[in-house]
Amino acid sequence: MNEFKRVFYIFYKDFSSELRMRFALNALIMFVIVAVSTILFAIGSERAPQNVYAGMFWVVVFFSAMSGLSRAFVSEEERGTNLILSLLANPISIFLGKFLFNLILIFFINSIIAILYLTLFKDFIIQNWNSFLLAFILGNIGIAGSSTIIAAIISKANVRGTLYPVLAFPVLLPLILMLIEITKSAIDGNPVNDVSAEFMVLISYDVVMLTASILVFDIIWRD
Amino acid sequence: MNNFWKILLFVLMTIVLLAGIIPPIVDNPKSFFEFPLIPGLEDKAKIIFFHVPTAWLTVIAYLVAMFYGIRYLRKKEIYDDMKSVSAAALGLLFCILATVTGSVWAKFNWGAFWHWDPRETSIFILLLIYGAYFALRSALEGEEKRARLSAIYSILAFLTTPFFIFIMPRLMIGLHPGALEIDPSTGEIKASANPVIKFQMASNMRIVFFMSLTAFTILFFWIWNLTHRILRIEHKTKQEL
Repeated sequence: MNEFKRVFYIFYKDFSSELRMRFALNALIMFVIVAVSTILFAIGSERAPQNVYAGMFWVVVFFSAMSGLSRAFVSEEERGTNLILSLLANPISIFLGKFLFNLILIFFINSIIAILYLTLFKDFIIQNWNSFLLAFILGNIGIAGSSTIIAAIISKANVRGTLYPVLAFPVLLPLILMLIEITKSAIDGNPVNDVSAEFMVLISYDVVMLTASILVFDIIWRD
Repeated sequence: MNNFWKILLFVLMTIVLLAGIIPPIVDNPKSFFEFPLIPGLEDKAKIIFFHVPTAWLTVIAYLVAMFYGIRYLRKKEIYDDMKSVSAAALGLLFCILATVTGSVWAKFNWGAFWHWDPRETSIFILLLIYGAYFALRSALEGEEKRARLSAIYSILAFLTTPFFIFIMPRLMIGLHPGALEIDPSTGEIKASANPVIKFQMASNMRIVFFMSLTAFTILFFWIWNLTHRILRIEHKTKQEL
């Protein structure tokens, strides 16, 4: 069995067990709806400045990632299946399989958030779709990568739920700040060239974080 | 820590305390013992001798903590973890000091305690990283696991610091030296011409400044040396019991 197949099978295992039980997905969709409606209630009939929405969009994305993505390794630890998993595959394929699952999950959830924002908020109008979509894709890759490695650390700790956002926030912040800047400029309708430096930061962040995660995952995984 | 370093620290710190506070700030300095006036900073410029070294040590302490964390991962020697955690504890202390001195200075210079200037953001992130590091340590059971995972977290968190220290201040508008600002007449973002942001130190200030950096660094390594040795002794006595 080659490495790509292993990665795919680990992804497929999580994916099919998720489809069977839907514990993460249902709760996450409800979480997103609750979070967005809280913001709707907070704003009410008033009109906030447009670039506030850029920030609030990524706030909801961050917290839904924090409530959903830790499952990846915590579930293995809770069911006690991590030893069997490490017998079946090497750490790199385990990490990449989990990363792939988290990536698909966060893409799905963030698309829902984006659709909710675009339909429910009158002032959340993207004028430059190219830069928004590019930021959306790069941002999701970065969020999935960092959250997966932090989830692996968290799965070994005692107080998982509260610790996860605490550990992930400083690591994710450069990404989130750049994403907010790009989204602001996409709402204003500025060309992609205006935020080329921010895009370079996004790409380098994704590359640095994924590489480092693959390198250190081995040490986290082997007790 | 031999006597040479202790005496050097005593001499340097005394000179820094005296030379950092006593010399008057005048428009046209004539003698070596007068500091030049920087428009916008005036007498408040003197806090730089104490504020910048604390920020510098926050970073140095983090590097030391990470260095010994990596060494622990390679050699599995529990004393390396003790060195790492005591450096991080001191780093947290200096991080708080840098934040407090910085925001006091900001209050009198820029009008408010906090501005979300890129440098302020980065010291805040460092504070969060130190906080998260200790939160993680207290949530992990078992010496070996705690040492291993906190070392890994320190590496992961360190990877984001270049973005804050080197990239953000050059992309965003700020108030610290080296930042960008908005040109009030044209509205363009450009390298700043403001005397505070373009800030160049006079030669005599620079001497005191570097003496202060050296003194604070020696002070850090002295305290660090004491704290990790205390941890080691505590560990040994626990084992003997």
